Amino acid sequence: MPDSEDFILETRGLTKEFKGFTAVDDVNLKVRRHHIHALIGPNGAGKTTVFNLLTKFLIPTRGTITVNGRDITATKPAEISRMGMIRSFQISAVFPHMTARENVRVALQRKLGTSFHFWKPVSSLNSLNARAEELLHMVGLDHFADAVAGDMPYGRKRALEIATTLALEPELMLLDEPTQGMGREDVERITQLIRKVSAQRTILMVEHNLGVVSTLCDRITVLQRGAILTEGDYATVSADPRVKEAYMGKAA
Amino acid sequence: MNRYIGYLLVLALLLVAPFLVYPVFLMKLLCFALFACAFNLILGYGGLLSFGHAAFFGGAAFITGHAIKVWGLPTELGLLVGAGSAAVLGLAIGLLAIRRQGIYFAMITLALAQMAYFLFVSADFTGGENGLQGVPRGTALGIFDLQDNINMYYFVLAVFLIGYAIIARTVNSPFGQVLSAIRDNEPRATSLGYDVDRHKLLAFVLSAGLAGLAGATKTVVFQLASLTDVHWHMSGEVVLMTLLGGLGTLAGPAVGAAVIVTLQNYLASGALSAWVPVVLGTIFVICVLAFRRGVVGELRVLLRKTF
Repeated sequence: MPDSEDFILETRGLTKEFKGFTAVDDVNLKVRRHHIHALIGPNGAGKTTVFNLLTKFLIPTRGTITVNGRDITATKPAEISRMGMIRSFQISAVFPHMTARENVRVALQRKLGTSFHFWKPVSSLNSLNARAEELLHMVGLDHFADAVAGDMPYGRKRALEIATTLALEPELMLLDEPTQGMGREDVERITQLIRKVSAQRTILMVEHNLGVVSTLCDRITVLQRGAILTEGDYATVSADPRVKEAYMGKAA
Repeated sequence: MNRYIGYLLVLALLLVAPFLVYPVFLMKLLCFALFACAFNLILGYGGLLSFGHAAFFGGAAFITGHAIKVWGLPTELGLLVGAGSAAVLGLAIGLLAIRRQGIYFAMITLALAQMAYFLFVSADFTGGENGLQGVPRGTALGIFDLQDNINMYYFVLAVFLIGYAIIARTVNSPFGQVLSAIRDNEPRATSLGYDVDRHKLLAFVLSAGLAGLAGATKTVVFQLASLTDVHWHMSGEVVLMTLLGGLGTLAGPAVGAAVIVTLQNYLASGALSAWVPVVLGTIFVICVLAFRRGVVGELRVLLRKTF
């Protein structure tokens, strides 16, 4: 089927049950290559659970997940990452005691294959500094290279997180509420940044901010009570009365 | 630059010290300093509280004692055998414990170390309650007679410096970078593609091996390995030394060990001899309440503020 090659990520019958509660119910998600795809829905709709299932931080009760046609249902989280599928976290995920440059470098370092080399000097990583600084420049953090990540403002931390993710040259980026808890200025900056880095990549994001979703996303999947309510581009989805009832109604 | 001057000063002090202070006391101090620094590798840099490090320290003490006394191995080789066995024991305990975190990790390491303790109590070669006595010190490199305390001191100093250098390098290595990333944010390190359990395991094995080197050296100094070395008190003491000196600083645990060993030695002979645990306990409480960064950690902050 040549058609299926367009989808980088697919789930079939994805289900997650916690004790007596179905958090994710028979979700069939298809993410098209080079799309920015959003997962939206009211609180408790199961967005983050879907996210954790896709990145293997949770184990599904039923169903399968395939990436590039390969079944990853039983693959470990670290291995998913090595396949080019990198996630971000709802709370900004930086390494707070390391500098911004070190944060990015630790991601670049994996390819050197020296992560177990305890006898080599840390200066053996200096060859990665140029690339790390290039990535910091890309997300507008030129002046923060030597700043300790924990001391950086929130919006900058999220930008650093994206730079770190980009260091792995991911084919598929999964962003969990990238603009959550940000002021308008930061939201704008991160939105621009996501658009910039989306070239030649696929992005799946969970997002609350509908402004961000409408300007950024090619396709939107609406979740409600763990199941897919509807799917389509922003115009289609926002015109759907069920979505208005379930989501927009509450949001307004 | 200042840092190198500091290192040179300390080194000079260590070189002349045996002519000013009783060398055996200094050797004890160096052994415990190495033990605490090794422990700090897993607690301060790996973020894992092991409560079973006595098993590595004391286990290596017995094995080295046996290897030198019964098998007749030269001193250097005996130390390596002890440290190697501690590393292997570390691998075994680590494999079982490393998947757990926080209090569970501490409990599993404690339980396994207690099992090791009972093995050593009942095994014949350890001499049980009497300990393993009369371990010959031998010679260093086949030339220097270690029966001489000054020679022995420089030998112990060399072992300490090698151990310390290994720890310093590990912390400042590509591996050290990944380790601090894991300590800072484990899920993120996983999402970057690192197998965090295997990195923690390597840190644990290195820490165990170096703790073993410290215990093995102590056996040679005192020509004795005893059950005190494997008792869980020892695991607690090393936590105390590390926290007192400064968690996650390179030199801190060595300073903490020096403070504790000095206090134990001087208090034991004075009027307060029965009160040693109370004094140490009080110091610990004060340290945890008021100087949470430990001696070296607080000093570092102070220096940063003033300059």
